[in-house]
Amino acid sequence: MAEKTYLQAISDGLRQEMRRDKRVFVLGEDVGVYGGAFKVTLGFQEEFGAWRVIDTPLSETAIMGGATGAAIMGLRPVAEVQFADFVSCAWDHLVTVAAKQRWRAGTPVPIVLRLPSGGGFSGGPFHSQNPESSFAHIPGLKCVCPSTPEDAKGLIVAAIEDPNPVLFFEHKHLYRRIKGEVPDERYVTPIGKARIHQEGDDVSVITWGAMVYTAEEAAKQVDASVEIVDLRTVMPWDRQAVLDSVRKTSKVLVLHEDTRTGGFGGEIAATIAEEAFEDLDGPVKRIAAPDCPVPFSPVLEKAFIPQVDDVVRGLEELIRY
Amino acid sequence: MATARLAEPSGSLQEVKEQGLDREDLLQIYRNMLTTRGVEERGHILYRQGKIPGSFYTGRGNEAASVGVATAMGTDDVGTPLHRDMGVHITRGVDPWRIFAQYMGRADGPTHGRDGNVHMADSNLGLLAMVSHLPAMLPVAVGCALAFRIREEKRVAVAWSGEGAMARGDAHEGMNFAGVRQLPVVFVCDNNQWAYSTPSHLEYAVEHLADRASAYGFDGVVVDGTDVLAVYREAKRAIEKARNGGGPTLIECQTLRMEGHAVHDDAFYVPKELFERWAERDPIERYRSWLRENAELTDDEEEEIAAHVKKQLTDALQRADESPQPDPANLTDGVYATPEDLDTPHHK
Repeated sequence: MAEKTYLQAISDGLRQEMRRDKRVFVLGEDVGVYGGAFKVTLGFQEEFGAWRVIDTPLSETAIMGGATGAAIMGLRPVAEVQFADFVSCAWDHLVTVAAKQRWRAGTPVPIVLRLPSGGGFSGGPFHSQNPESSFAHIPGLKCVCPSTPEDAKGLIVAAIEDPNPVLFFEHKHLYRRIKGEVPDERYVTPIGKARIHQEGDDVSVITWGAMVYTAEEAAKQVDASVEIVDLRTVMPWDRQAVLDSVRKTSKVLVLHEDTRTGGFGGEIAATIAEEAFEDLDGPVKRIAAPDCPVPFSPVLEKAFIPQVDDVVRGLEELIRY
Repeated sequence: MATARLAEPSGSLQEVKEQGLDREDLLQIYRNMLTTRGVEERGHILYRQGKIPGSFYTGRGNEAASVGVATAMGTDDVGTPLHRDMGVHITRGVDPWRIFAQYMGRADGPTHGRDGNVHMADSNLGLLAMVSHLPAMLPVAVGCALAFRIREEKRVAVAWSGEGAMARGDAHEGMNFAGVRQLPVVFVCDNNQWAYSTPSHLEYAVEHLADRASAYGFDGVVVDGTDVLAVYREAKRAIEKARNGGGPTLIECQTLRMEGHAVHDDAFYVPKELFERWAERDPIERYRSWLRENAELTDDEEEEIAAHVKKQLTDALQRADESPQPDPANLTDGVYATPEDLDTPHHK
C-alpha cells in the first residue's frame, strides 16, 4: 500500500496487466516515446518494446478498427484516445462494429479505450467533454468513470479482463490532484458496483467522476447528513445501490459534469421515479452542466461546470422541501 | 499518373500448375464459382417468393474476383468479405443451407436472424462478418494483421472494399497504418464501376484505384476481375509476399456489377451497351472455356459438376426452409459477452 496519484494508479494497473498477460498491448497517438499526452504510459515502450506499445499515425478510425481486429484475433488492446473528445472520430468503429459484433456475429471484442475526459482547466469545446452518456446509450458498450486512485487501478484491471469493449473515462482534473492509498498487489474492482463515498441519512447525491469531490465539499457546507453514492461505472450502473440509498434518505440529487439534456442523470432519475416513487419525500433533482458546448474562458467554464455552491443550493432546496 | 502494375491475363495449364493449382483445384474453383452464382440466383427466387425480409444483394459478375482471392488464402489466414463476395464464403467452406437460412432470417443462419443478407461470417473459417458501413471492416482487417505481426505469426489478413467505399476515410486510415507498419494485409478492391448509381468518374480522379498504393508505400496491381486464374495468381503473390514480411499490396479487380445495387434497383442508369459488353466476359463462362481449352474439361465432368451443385443447392434450400424462426425470448441475450465467450480458437 502506498499513496499514489489517480494517474499513477491507472499507469500501475496497466503496467501490471501487461507484465502478467502478454496479450495486452497499448496503441495510440504518442503513447510510446512520449509516454502518452498525460504520461500514463511513460516508460512502457522501454519495458515492453515497440510492438506492444505502438505509436500510431493520427488515425482514430485505424486505432479503434485496428484494436477491434486485434481483439477478435485474441489480443487485449488498450487503445488511448488522446482526449475523450476525439472519440467522435472513432465512433463508427465503436458503435457500428465493436458494440454489435458479439450480439450479431458471436465474436466478442475485448477492448479498452482509455479516454482522458472532463474539464476544469480551460481546455475549451474540444478538450473538455464528458461523452459517457452517448456511449452508455449503445447496447454492447461499457462505460467506466472512476473517481479515486484505488478504483482507477482496480477498474482498469477489470476493464482489461472484461470480454467487451470498455470505455475507460479517466478524468483529467483528477490525474495529479487526487491522491490516495492504492494496494500494490493486483486486484479487480467489479464493473457495475457503486461505492458509498460517504454515508448519510438525510439526502442522497448520486454522481461519478470528478463530481464526487464537488459533492463532498458541498456536503460539508449543509446542515444535513448527506450520502454520496459514487457510481464508479455508468454502464452497467448499480441500480440497487442507488435505490437502496434513495429508500434510506428519501431525497435525491443526481449530479454530473456532462450537459443536462440526455445526460445519464435523466436515466437515473427516471429509474428512481419508476422504482422508488413511494419512497420519495421530494422531487428528484438534477444538477448538470447547461446545454451548451464547454467554454474556454475560466469565467465561462466556472459557469458551465457544476460548482460546489450549485450543489449546496440544490441540497438546501431538497432539505427544505 | 498510373503507377500500378497491370496484371497479365491467365496463362497456360503449365503456368497455372506452377502457381500451385492442380487439376482438382481447378475443378474445385469451377464448382465454387457455380455454387456462388447458384446461391445468389436461388436467393433471388426466394426474395421474389417473399421469403426474404428486407432487401437482397448479389455479386453477379464478381464470382471470379471473390473465388480467385479466397482460393489463394491459407487455412489460417483471415478475411473480411463484403456483399459482392459470396464466393469467399463458399470457397472457405460455408454450408449453403446456412446462407439460405441467413437470407430468410432463420435460427440456423450464422447470425441466427439477428442480421440479414450477406452480413454474416463463420469465424471458424477465418471470416469476420461485415457491417453496412463500408469499408469499416478494412481497418479491422488491418488490426487482425497487427495481431499477427505482434505475435510473429505467418498469417495474412485480406481486407475487401468496393471502389465506392475507397472514397471513405476508413480506407485511407487503414491503408496508411498498414503501410507505415508494413503489416501482413492484402487489400482487395472490387471495382465494379458503380457505387449504387454513381459511376467511377464521380468516385475517384486517379486512373486506377490501385495507383493509390504507392501513396501508402506499397505495391498496387490492376487485374481483370473476370479472369479467375489471373486474380488467383495476383492474390497468391500478394498474400505470400505479406506472409514473408513484404508488407501490403492493393489489388484492384476490375469487373462490372451485373445487376442493380440491390434487388429493388433495376440499374436503369447503367448504359445497356456496358452490360452487353461485360456479359461477353462473364467470369464463369470465361473460366469454363479456359478449362475446356486448357484442362480438357469434358462434357461428362461439366454435367456432373453442374448436377452436383444443383442438388446441393436444392437440398440446402429445403434444409434452410425447415430451420425455425428465431425465438424473440432470446432477443437481448448476448448483447454483452461473458468470459466463456472468449473460449474460441482465436482467444487461446
